[in-house]
Amino acid sequence: MVALSPELRQPARIEGDRSHLARRLCLFLALLLVGMAVVSLGWGASGTSLTRAIADLLTGQELAAQDRVVLMDIRLPRVLMGIFVGASLAVSGAVMQGLFRNPLADPGIVGVSSGASLGAILAIVLGGSLPAGIAAIFGGYLVPFAAFAGGWLTTMVLYRIATRRGRTSVATMLLAGIALGAIMGALSGVVILRANDRELRDLTFWGLGSLAGANWPKLLAGAPIMAMALVFAPWLARGLNALALGEAAAGHIGIRVQKVKNLAILTVAAATGAAVAVSGGIGFVGIVVPHLLRLASGPDHRWLLVNSALLGGVTLLLADMVSRTIIAPAELPIGIVTAIMGGPFFLWILLRNRGVLDL
Amino acid sequence: MKRLALALILLAGAASAETYPEARRVLSLGGSVTEIIYALGEESRLIGRDTSSNWPPEANALPDVGYVRALSPEGVLSVSPDLIIAEEGAGPPEAVAVLKSAGLPFVSVDERYDAQGVLQKIDAVAAALGIPDKGHALHEKLAAELDAAASRAAAVGTPKTVLFILSLQGGRVLAAGTDTAADGIITLAGAQNAMQGLRGYKPITDEALIEAAPDVILMMRRGDEQADTEANGGNSETETKQAILALPALGQTPAGRSGALVIMDGLKLLGFGPRTGEAAVELHDLIYGGW
Repeated sequence: MVALSPELRQPARIEGDRSHLARRLCLFLALLLVGMAVVSLGWGASGTSLTRAIADLLTGQELAAQDRVVLMDIRLPRVLMGIFVGASLAVSGAVMQGLFRNPLADPGIVGVSSGASLGAILAIVLGGSLPAGIAAIFGGYLVPFAAFAGGWLTTMVLYRIATRRGRTSVATMLLAGIALGAIMGALSGVVILRANDRELRDLTFWGLGSLAGANWPKLLAGAPIMAMALVFAPWLARGLNALALGEAAAGHIGIRVQKVKNLAILTVAAATGAAVAVSGGIGFVGIVVPHLLRLASGPDHRWLLVNSALLGGVTLLLADMVSRTIIAPAELPIGIVTAIMGGPFFLWILLRNRGVLDL
Repeated sequence: MKRLALALILLAGAASAETYPEARRVLSLGGSVTEIIYALGEESRLIGRDTSSNWPPEANALPDVGYVRALSPEGVLSVSPDLIIAEEGAGPPEAVAVLKSAGLPFVSVDERYDAQGVLQKIDAVAAALGIPDKGHALHEKLAAELDAAASRAAAVGTPKTVLFILSLQGGRVLAAGTDTAADGIITLAGAQNAMQGLRGYKPITDEALIEAAPDVILMMRRGDEQADTEANGGNSETETKQAILALPALGQTPAGRSGALVIMDGLKLLGFGPRTGEAAVELHDLIYGGW
């Protein structure tokens, strides 16, 4: 790791450099993620066990048909989806919070989530009345695609509103995001009025979020977009660290502030749009994960972004394991799990650390 | 073989002609499909159900694989079915695709809210289970009941208008328009849905309610409310009725003035299964029972 150049030293209110902690945490989280992924593969409602499958493979036996389907077509895409979605939501949250210099910022604020929801709702309710040709092109991916398009479009509109003469006002963006969110919500309500009984139930479940629909085609559609955003995110670290000093100061030390903002918004729109598209509305991860990490090892984005991705993946895998087994053979939508698990835990952390963060 | 051919002709091409007489571990998805399997006397082959399958009461003892539109693929596999019979629209599509790719026979049964629709549903379930004889018997029995309901309906001079209220949360009326099970059963009972200009279940304003001027208000009883009624010594339904009719907008309608409020068991009323003929006759008698 490169030594911190003097002009990028953390703002004075943060005592001490905790990067050694963050580095250790990174290693620990990486190992934890790998471990969780393996456990997740072996964990589920059916009797398929990873050990039995591995034993079968080692002894050169043919895998039982059901074991193969459960492992390869159900659990593996689902585990990978969980890692990608969790990492995307957490990193989007961390980037958003850095950009707005506000620990309460969340992808929901820039309108990505509300736009994506509107897209999904339109697809669920009006999908049936599309010309057959269009419906056939998208097949079962109409809803994810519409969600992604909706999130992307909203973000772009918001960005246009907040940018004047090549400068983006973060405050305008925040306020416009709230207004757009309200408009999207109202439009969604209009569409819901047209929905029939079944569509209403689909909407309800979509809003709770789920990885139940994970399969290879969906993963191959969403994962590349999320992967690009995740790989790119660490490059924003230096710029986001500088932004913590305020935009003017960041500019004075040679950071191209506008460029950092552009790239940050693009990253969040891509990561959140794709995550919401494949898994519906899973809340909470984008705020809680970066927050816990800042409490544990400080606000340096060079570690925060990487660790958020790892812990986001771990969090979603854990939530998904609960969701698929707690009321087996049925499953609990994962959004309910993240809220029930995360909510009280997050409150407890906050109560213990009151005063540490200037909230 | 001849009998099977006959059953297939009866299907009139509406449902899948796949048949699995060997299936011993059947998973039923959808309340009406489960009811039909019990009515066919084939419940010994059932090993699982969905959340909406709670009639007959003994169906509740079967493992529940979740809501029919939000299935967990691994959860479904974990009850090891060798045949899945599902109401139209089981999902999500990805989960159904995985189940089919696992080589599981998956029969989807069409859903229509009229007499022909219920009979075809019975034929389709019987065909899937490979029991044409029992299917034929149940088909005939239900057809006779539906005919009885139809002849009563035909004898009606001026049909009464019925408003079906799905829920009354916070005094906001959620009413049934066309394309709903409620609309279908009201028609079978020889009455007319009061909300003709509406599709699906929609919240309606008090003014639209007064404008619609229903002769009868129809609501459904959920299982738990029934228990409540009994627990309260059987007078709570009367009280419920009084409370409903006391709503200002409802009080302004012909139904409100004459106290014409019918409350029936939800699954029986709206399920479009083996009890539909019975439900249509019962509803007819209640509607035209001289309020």
